[in-house]
Amino acid sequence: MGLFKKKTSLKYDKPRDESISQVFKKGDTMTRLSFFVFGLGNIVNKQVVRGVIFLALEILYFVYMIIFGIGALGDFITLGTVEQGQVYNEALGIYEYSLGDNSMLCLLYGVITLVLTAGIIFLACMSGKSAYCTQVRRAKGQHIPTFRDDIRSLFEENLHAFLLALPIIGILVFTIVPLVFMILIAFTSYDHEHQPPGTLFSWVGLANFKSLIASSSSLATTFWPVLGWTLIWAVSATVSCYILGLLLALLINRKGTRAKGFWRFMFVLSVAVPQFVTLLTMRTIFNANGPVNVLLREFGFIGATDSIPFFTDPLLAKITIICINIWIGVPFTMLSTTGILQNIPADLYEAAKIDGASAPVIFRKITLPYMLFVMTPNLITSFTGNINNFNVIFLLSGGGPDSLEYYYAGKTDLLVTWLYKLTITQKDYNLGAVIGILVFIILATLSLLTYHRTGAYKDEGAFQ
Amino acid sequence: MKAKRMITNAACYVLLTILSIIWVLPILFVILTSFREEGGSYKTYIWPKGFTLNNYKELIMGVNSKISGGTNIDFTRWFFNTLVIAIFSTLLSAFFVLCVSYVMSRLRFKMRKNFMNIAMILGMFPGFMSMIAVYYILKGLGLLETGALKQLSLILVYSGGAGLGFYMAKGFFDTISRSIDEAAYIDGATKWDTFIKITIPLSKPIITYTLLTSFMGPWVDYIFAKVIMGNDTKYYTIAIGLWTMLEKEYVDYYYTQFYAGCVLISIPIALVFLLSQRCYVEGVAGAVKG
Repeated sequence: MGLFKKKTSLKYDKPRDESISQVFKKGDTMTRLSFFVFGLGNIVNKQVVRGVIFLALEILYFVYMIIFGIGALGDFITLGTVEQGQVYNEALGIYEYSLGDNSMLCLLYGVITLVLTAGIIFLACMSGKSAYCTQVRRAKGQHIPTFRDDIRSLFEENLHAFLLALPIIGILVFTIVPLVFMILIAFTSYDHEHQPPGTLFSWVGLANFKSLIASSSSLATTFWPVLGWTLIWAVSATVSCYILGLLLALLINRKGTRAKGFWRFMFVLSVAVPQFVTLLTMRTIFNANGPVNVLLREFGFIGATDSIPFFTDPLLAKITIICINIWIGVPFTMLSTTGILQNIPADLYEAAKIDGASAPVIFRKITLPYMLFVMTPNLITSFTGNINNFNVIFLLSGGGPDSLEYYYAGKTDLLVTWLYKLTITQKDYNLGAVIGILVFIILATLSLLTYHRTGAYKDEGAFQ
Repeated sequence: MKAKRMITNAACYVLLTILSIIWVLPILFVILTSFREEGGSYKTYIWPKGFTLNNYKELIMGVNSKISGGTNIDFTRWFFNTLVIAIFSTLLSAFFVLCVSYVMSRLRFKMRKNFMNIAMILGMFPGFMSMIAVYYILKGLGLLETGALKQLSLILVYSGGAGLGFYMAKGFFDTISRSIDEAAYIDGATKWDTFIKITIPLSKPIITYTLLTSFMGPWVDYIFAKVIMGNDTKYYTIAIGLWTMLEKEYVDYYYTQFYAGCVLISIPIALVFLLSQRCYVEGVAGAVKG
C-alpha cells in the first residue's frame, strides 16, 4: 500500500492541498484569471475538455442569473411586493384577481439561487486549483493529465467524488434545501393569516421565537407544557423499555429456562408485525367500546355501560400510551440486548456468586453497569427517536384529548405532533419551523454532550 | 437447594407464560377479527360468533358495492402500488447507502470528517419538518401533476436522503480487512475494481440487510405518503389505504376487512423482518477477518 500511496500523492495531491489564498499568491496570471474565467488555465495548457466543461458551467450559471436568478435574489430579500389584488373588469362586470407575488415561491427560488451560487463559488475554487495544478506540473515538466486521465482518475484517486456525486445530489435536494427553506420560514410571518398566493408574508426576525417562548399568549402556555410532556415521555419511554427489555432478556437467557427459542419467538412476533398495524390495533383495543373495556365489563370490574377513558382522560391517556409503548419497545430491547448479554465475561458472575451476591445485587452491580457501558450510544439514539416519535402518539391518541387552554394541541401531543398539527392542519408554518429548530437544539446539545465522549466516535478506526 | 431451584424455575415459567400471553393476545385478536363472520365494528364480545374467509375474499376481489361514492377500497391495487414503490426505492437507496458507506470507510479525502459530522447534524432535525418544503419542491418540479408522477416522487422522497444512513454499512466495511484491498492493488486493481469485485461480494449480509430495511420503509410509512398522495386514492400505498378503512364513514363496513388486510400485510413484512434480523446479526458480527 505504502508504495502506491506515495507515488500518487507526490504526483497529484500536493498542489491540490494548497489553500485558496496560497494558490492565488503563487499562481501566474492565467491561474489567477481562472478564478473568474473558469477553465482558462486548463484550456491554455491543452486540457481543452476539462476547461470547456468548467467554462460551460460558468456560462450556464450566468445565463440563469441574468434570466432568473438576480430577480429571484431581489424577491428573496423583499419576499414579494405586489399583493394579489382585485381589479374590476368592466367588460364582464366582475372582479378579477390580478396576479401578485407569491412569497412562498420567492423564498424557495431564493434558496435555490443561493445554493447554486454556493455551488459556483465552489466551482471557482476548483477551477483555480485545477489551473494551479497544471501550472505546477508544467513548471516541473511533468505529464499533464489528458481528459482520458481525468476520467480514469474517477475510478482511482477520485473515486470518492464519483461515488458520492449522486447520493449528495439526493441529500441536497431532499434534505438540505428543504431544511434551509424551513429554517428560514421560522423568521417570517408565514402563518394562517399570511397565506400565499392570496397574501404576502415578510421577514419578522426573532418575533416567532419570542412569542413561542417568552410571551403570555396561549402559544407560550402551550409550548412549555408540551415540551415538559415530551421530555417526560422520552425519558420514561426510553428507560422503561430498556430496563424491562433487559429483564426479559435475562429471564429468557437464564440457565434454568428451557426452549429459549420458543419464548424469544413469542415476543419477536409482535416486532415483526408492521408498527402502524400494531398501533392502529392497540387504538381499537383500548377504545371506549374496544375489547379491554368489554372484558372489564364482563368480569364486572366496571358497570355494563361504563368504560374506562383510556384515551380521553389526560393523565390516563399518558399512562396508557407509555404502557402501549412498553408493549412495542420491550421485544426490540430484548432482541438487541440478548447478544450483548452473552458477551459479559462469565468469571464476573462466578466471582460474585462465590462472594455470596444475590441475583438482584448481581443485576445492579454487574449486568446493568456493563450493559449501560456498552449501550450508551444506543440509549441516546432511542432517546432521540422517542423525542421524535411521531407514529406512536399520532396513531394512538392523535395527541388527544384536546385542550382548550392549548393552542391547537392536545394533552398528549409531543413537540413533533404539535409541529405536524401546526403545519398541516393549522397552516402556521412559521411556528412549526420554530418548533423544529427548538427540537433540533435540544437534540444537538444532548448528543454533543454525550456522543462525543463515547469511544465509538473517538476511535472509529480502531478495528482497521 | 434443589427444591428452591425448582420453585424459582416454576416462577420464571409462570411469569414468562403470562408475559407471552400479554404479547400474543393482541396479535391473536387481529387474526380472530379478520376471520369474524359478523360485520360491524365494535362488539360486546371478543370471541367471534362465526368464522369466514369472506373478509379476505372481498378485500382481495375489491367488493365495495355497499358504500356508494367516496373512497374506493382497492386493496390489491394498493398492494401493487406499494410493491412497485418499495422495489424501486429499495434499489436506489441501497445503491446510495453502499456508495456513501464504502467511501466513508475506505477512502480518505479532505471533506470526509466534515461529511460525517454534517450527516450526524442533519439526522437530528425532525424528519418531516422539511416535508412541506419537499412537497413544494416536488410541486415546483412538476412531479405532482399525475398519479404516476406522484409515485415517482414518493420513490425519490424515500430514497433521496438515504445516503445519510450509512453508519451500519460503514461499520461493516470497517471490519473487512484492508490487507485484502492491498493485495488487489498490488495485482493492479483500481479502487473501483476493488469496490465492485472485492468489497461488494464480501458484503452479502450487509447488502441484504440494507435492501430489506429500505424495502420495509414504504410499507409502513404513513405521513409522507399521505401528504404526497392527498386524495388520490387510486395511487395510495397500503399504509394510508388501511388507515382510510378505519375512518368514521367506513369503519362499520370495513372493520373486519381492515384486520384481514393487516394480516395479509403482516405476513410478508414479518418474513422480511425475520430475515433482516438474521442478516443484522451476521452484519454486526463482521466480515472475513484478514
